[in-house]
Amino acid sequence: MPFVPHTEEDIRVMLETIGVDSIEDLFDEIPKNLRHDLGDEKPLSKVPDGLPESGVGRVMRTRASMDGSPLCFIGAGAYEHHIPAAVWEITTRGEFYSAYTPYQAEASQGTLQLLYEFQTMIASLTGMDVSNGSLYDGASSLAEAVLMSVRANRKSKSKRILMPRSTHPHYRKTTNTIVKNQGITLEELDYDREGGHIDPATLTDEPGDFAALVIPYPNFFGVLEDVDVLTDWAHQHGALVIAVVNPLALGLLKSPAQWGENGADIVCGEGQPLGVPMASGGPYYGIMCCKQALVRQMPGRIVGRTVDMDGKPGYTLTLQAREQHIRRSKATSNICTNQGLMVTASTIHMALLGAEGLKRVAAQSHANKQLLVEKLSAVKGVSIKFNRPSFHEAVLTLDLPVKDVLQSLADNNILGGYSLTEDYPELGNALLVCATETKNETDIELYAEQLQRIFTM
Amino acid sequence: MSNVPAELKYTKSHEWVSVEGDTATVGITDHAQDLLGDMVFIELPDVGASFEKGGDCAVVESVKAASDVYSPLSGEVVEVNEALADNPEAVNNEPYASWLFKLKMSDASQLDDMLDAETYSGVAADDSH
Repeated sequence: MPFVPHTEEDIRVMLETIGVDSIEDLFDEIPKNLRHDLGDEKPLSKVPDGLPESGVGRVMRTRASMDGSPLCFIGAGAYEHHIPAAVWEITTRGEFYSAYTPYQAEASQGTLQLLYEFQTMIASLTGMDVSNGSLYDGASSLAEAVLMSVRANRKSKSKRILMPRSTHPHYRKTTNTIVKNQGITLEELDYDREGGHIDPATLTDEPGDFAALVIPYPNFFGVLEDVDVLTDWAHQHGALVIAVVNPLALGLLKSPAQWGENGADIVCGEGQPLGVPMASGGPYYGIMCCKQALVRQMPGRIVGRTVDMDGKPGYTLTLQAREQHIRRSKATSNICTNQGLMVTASTIHMALLGAEGLKRVAAQSHANKQLLVEKLSAVKGVSIKFNRPSFHEAVLTLDLPVKDVLQSLADNNILGGYSLTEDYPELGNALLVCATETKNETDIELYAEQLQRIFTM
Repeated sequence: MSNVPAELKYTKSHEWVSVEGDTATVGITDHAQDLLGDMVFIELPDVGASFEKGGDCAVVESVKAASDVYSPLSGEVVEVNEALADNPEAVNNEPYASWLFKLKMSDASQLDDMLDAETYSGVAADDSH
């Protein structure tokens, strides 16, 4: 069958039907200065001429060098970790090099096996019954978890979700954007100004009907929430518990399956700390796990292990009836693929490190953060904000404007942290700092010296 | 040709109903289970839930597809067939013994709009073409 484009007449009728004069009018929402000059004879006239390969290479090298190689103490959702050289060497082999779950999936047994191993590892880390083959990123994994909780919670018909303000601000915004048109409301739970956590004493006996409580772990301030109390409280009120976690931290901390009496129901989070580099913000990938009873409400792809007609082990996509190519508009999600390449890297990364390796990375990161906070808070004018235990990040308050301090540090090749002044103005001059296992004592000393210099100027 | 017991009432969407007093027992027909294939999971409504006639109230999932089951009548769910959770293939083996749920009817006159066995056989036959 030939491809037949719309005729002039088709286009005229369609425009007339929706009451628009021209196709250009459909793009009115895009500001004029971002569009090519409509009066110009040549379309796309503002796009510069093409460059030869050598020219493109030069441009890219020049721009890449503008990054420099600063000492990075920023976390806030994306974390610098050592990635063994073997990880990306193996990941980029032709056999693995794919962005998605393959089409004709069962013909790609190697890829399916890898995804199956990935699911097994993530399920082990979180302690949950099942994992999917990944989602797009941490923020959208939380949005999917919220949608899932509303579908899955059959005791409560509520579309109300309790969302701590100590959850990553970007995650909260993303989630709201995705769920608000389905009538789901995110109600903020405030954090304790001394501890940086949700104070269990503030949890009311009559919270009203709600579908789920989100528990960030560690939370955006790096602080560890009182997960057992929070989990039991939510369950007592007929709500599900959504854990949004840093999976690396789970190498060290109690897994969500063990929270409280019955454990978290859904676990989601950002997979980047497990072998994915910080590359201008992405691509990253999201994780999602749940209890067995909820598996039919879980979005995304799931790989299962079975036997073929000769009784040999084989891998297959399973529970596809939930997915949109079968269930159409009633599918659990419109996400019908996974973040294949990042998951491949993560699986190899986790396999190389092993459970013990992950635990050591987590423990070293925590130890380095302790040292960082100790050294930085020794500077006059710098103090530790929260008194609760934290993982590899912490909040400091400064006697000087955070923006100026960060600029001055950056001028000396140090990325000093993430300013909280916009997202949490109530905290004043607050700075979120992070130290992973990639930092050593010398790096930390250097940061402390520079800070000392700034505060004695 | 699929089995269509004469004593039951039917819908065009392939549910069957048997009535005892003001309680209607609901399942899916032999023809429906045959079209769907091997059942792997059945999602039942909650006891106490109310449905309008035609509202989607359950999901039957087979190896091929997941399909909604529509409530043939308005009413409140008074009992669900819990045994199907562990044994969904019972719907394939004995579709008229493997009921899904029981409804306390809120308007028994709706039964008059349902199909008898002969009419439903015609619907099922057309559907198979």
